[in-house]
Amino acid sequence: MIAESGHYALVLAFGLALIQSTVPILGARWRDVALMNVARSTAVAQLLFVAASFAALVTLHVSSDFSVVNVVENSHSMKPLIYKITGVWGNHEGSMLLWVSILALFGGLVAMFGNNLPISLRAHVLAVQAWIASAFYLFILMTSNPFLRIANPPMEGQDLNPVLQDIGLAVHPPMLYLGYVGFSISFSFAIAALIEGRIDAAWARWVRPWTLVAWIFLTLGIAMGSYWAYYELGWGGWWFWDPVENASLMPWLAGTALLHSLVVMEKRNALKVWTILLSILAFSLSLLGTFLVRSGVLTSVHAFANDPRRGIFILLILCLFIGGSLSLYAFRASSLKQGGLFAPISREGALVLNNLLLTTACATVFIGTLYPLALEVMTGEKISVGAPFFNLTFGPLFVPLLIALPFGPMLAWKRGDLLGAAQRLMAAGVAALIALALVWAWTFGGSTLAPLAIGLAVFVIVGALIDIAERIGLFRLPLGVAAGRARGLPRSAWGTMFAHAGVGIALIGIVCETSWNSENIRTMRAGDVTSIAGYSLKLESLTPRQGPNYSEMAAKFDVLVDGRLIATMTPSKRNFTTRGATTTEAALLSRGASQLYISLGDIGTDGSVAVRIYHKPLVLLIWFGPVLMAFGGVLSLSDRRLRVGAPKPAKSYRGLQAAE
Amino acid sequence: MKRALLALAMVVMAAATAHAVLPDEMMRDPAKEARARNLSRELRCMVCQNQSIDDSEAPLARDLRLLVRERIAAGDSDAQVLDFLVARYGEFVLLKPRLNSHTWLLWFLTPLALSAGGIALWIQGRQRAEGASKLPTPLSAEEEAKVAALMSGDTPADKS
Repeated sequence: MIAESGHYALVLAFGLALIQSTVPILGARWRDVALMNVARSTAVAQLLFVAASFAALVTLHVSSDFSVVNVVENSHSMKPLIYKITGVWGNHEGSMLLWVSILALFGGLVAMFGNNLPISLRAHVLAVQAWIASAFYLFILMTSNPFLRIANPPMEGQDLNPVLQDIGLAVHPPMLYLGYVGFSISFSFAIAALIEGRIDAAWARWVRPWTLVAWIFLTLGIAMGSYWAYYELGWGGWWFWDPVENASLMPWLAGTALLHSLVVMEKRNALKVWTILLSILAFSLSLLGTFLVRSGVLTSVHAFANDPRRGIFILLILCLFIGGSLSLYAFRASSLKQGGLFAPISREGALVLNNLLLTTACATVFIGTLYPLALEVMTGEKISVGAPFFNLTFGPLFVPLLIALPFGPMLAWKRGDLLGAAQRLMAAGVAALIALALVWAWTFGGSTLAPLAIGLAVFVIVGALIDIAERIGLFRLPLGVAAGRARGLPRSAWGTMFAHAGVGIALIGIVCETSWNSENIRTMRAGDVTSIAGYSLKLESLTPRQGPNYSEMAAKFDVLVDGRLIATMTPSKRNFTTRGATTTEAALLSRGASQLYISLGDIGTDGSVAVRIYHKPLVLLIWFGPVLMAFGGVLSLSDRRLRVGAPKPAKSYRGLQAAE
Repeated sequence: MKRALLALAMVVMAAATAHAVLPDEMMRDPAKEARARNLSRELRCMVCQNQSIDDSEAPLARDLRLLVRERIAAGDSDAQVLDFLVARYGEFVLLKPRLNSHTWLLWFLTPLALSAGGIALWIQGRQRAEGASKLPTPLSAEEEAKVAALMSGDTPADKS
């Protein structure tokens, strides 16, 4: 019954989405407020039905109903409850259901909190949302129904892929999807603006909070996924330039560019056409990511050709939405008036440079990810594009970006003073040089690039701090006055500081991890002692253990500093009985921002075990940086000016409405 | 040397499940081992999804790691090792594709996109500057009246 109800709720949501895609548009044409308002009620109802459908699938998984194919293939009655729930989106069908649920959630939020939007804009935005939703409902119902029953239900399920049985999976995909799908809102706003042929600074103010929400989740989602790979895959790598990762990085780069161009549009009414294009691109890249991950085209072109139904369907959705939106853009963009002149050296100019570099970086990731596929399809020749390629092409783009970054907020709108900004950044430059000299002296004979990169990171961080210090008059004004000004400063200014400093902090982590990582690979027996980076590690014992749905061999290490025991670490190798798969559970010990990392290799019959021990200096900064960036985003979001649904003065509200 | 290689080969046979860089694979000479590691990072494990042989646990990756060390032990330069592997396994084995007629677009897209974007911005900036130097057309009488009507009525108090 539950499966059928879930299926039925999904069909109803599809029906509602069809209504929502058409009626409001007609309402806007005929200027009929009642018809336009249909969008609100259908969006909320659609959310309720999708939520019911999703709840049904969760219930099926939790109750281990093995009469449903999806549950049989991805669950096991002995699996811990948390993984029964997360297993819902640990597979294709379930993750697509999560995708549409989040889409409906965003649509419902716009419907519920979009009170301050002009009514026709809201109608158009929700209608475009419903177009996307309809396409994906149809996709799920036709090719990926998670509620299919099985004729002869087995007694036990096949369990979830053990690598995915981890708390990281509970958080990573929903976060990522909140980001991907969140960009659908800015996409819908862009399409609505193109349809209406009107766009102004107020438009940017409405879009910015939604873009910011999506960006925050995407930032956290990517960082989360990276950390998950770092501890789960067992060799201490945190970014692999894997196509699946690139698929999430591309919308992030485009989204970051979009956030910055929205600032220009809101403040200066300039870059309208470009902002619209970026909104379209950010979501198109999200769709592309969904296609790459979900169609199986990455594993191999042949796998895709063998079971092409799903792939072709998403490819059609992709072509329809990207092609359609870009055509509409080409057709209507010229009708949008340009405004806001500015000199090349100005805040606007700096943000344009940011956009140029970020979109080029995005294009680099795009070609690196898709070129091998395209080449194979066209010539049959197989090449690989991996980390060494991206390090050479993507990396250098961030050098000018990071050098320019502290200058941006220092420049005035319209016409800036580069020399003045440079003078104010003098302290950051000095700090960077000191850091460079110290690191260079300390690691003498090592990599020459690494100290330079550290210097650059320090420049970015101190530059971000100086910007705030300048604004509140720290050191110039009495402390009390400065504190008062600090309180009065818009939250978005603080957000900028945290986000920009976060970039520098992440860079420090990346440089330290890649340049001064030490490793110790050896075979050990119980009682053996080895050392790394000033720590002594003693393999205390090797013991078998039994988990709920796995058995494992755990190695217990004593970690000693100067002969004093500071911690024990127990890496293990797990064997999942149902799937017969093994996973490596690395043991991590954080010391400040640095980590010791132990993972086990083969366990010999004679009681020896291959061990890989890494010391990763300041590695945690790699993820602390993005968290700081996301925190900056949250601060900006809480800025009064941008708060979603914040009450606006009645006068300006009416004034905006009158523009209808 | 021959005996060492033989021993290595036997280890390969014995290892049912291999793992990324195991102790028994490593070369005695740290300089040579470092070269092997650097090369390993640029070589793809062909049965894996986008993993270098340095990272991969697959048996094939282990074979390739040993092969790289074998070639280094035999006195090959880094380029010779790569050539040897490409001759055997094709360009697919390189994670950093070589520049040729099929990959120039891949390599040059980034600088091309950057310079094209820069030039486009420069041209646009000049056009705008020219456009700005012209005086805007004055409002027509009708528009003036509209402005007056709007000004006398409800003015948005807070535009920020």
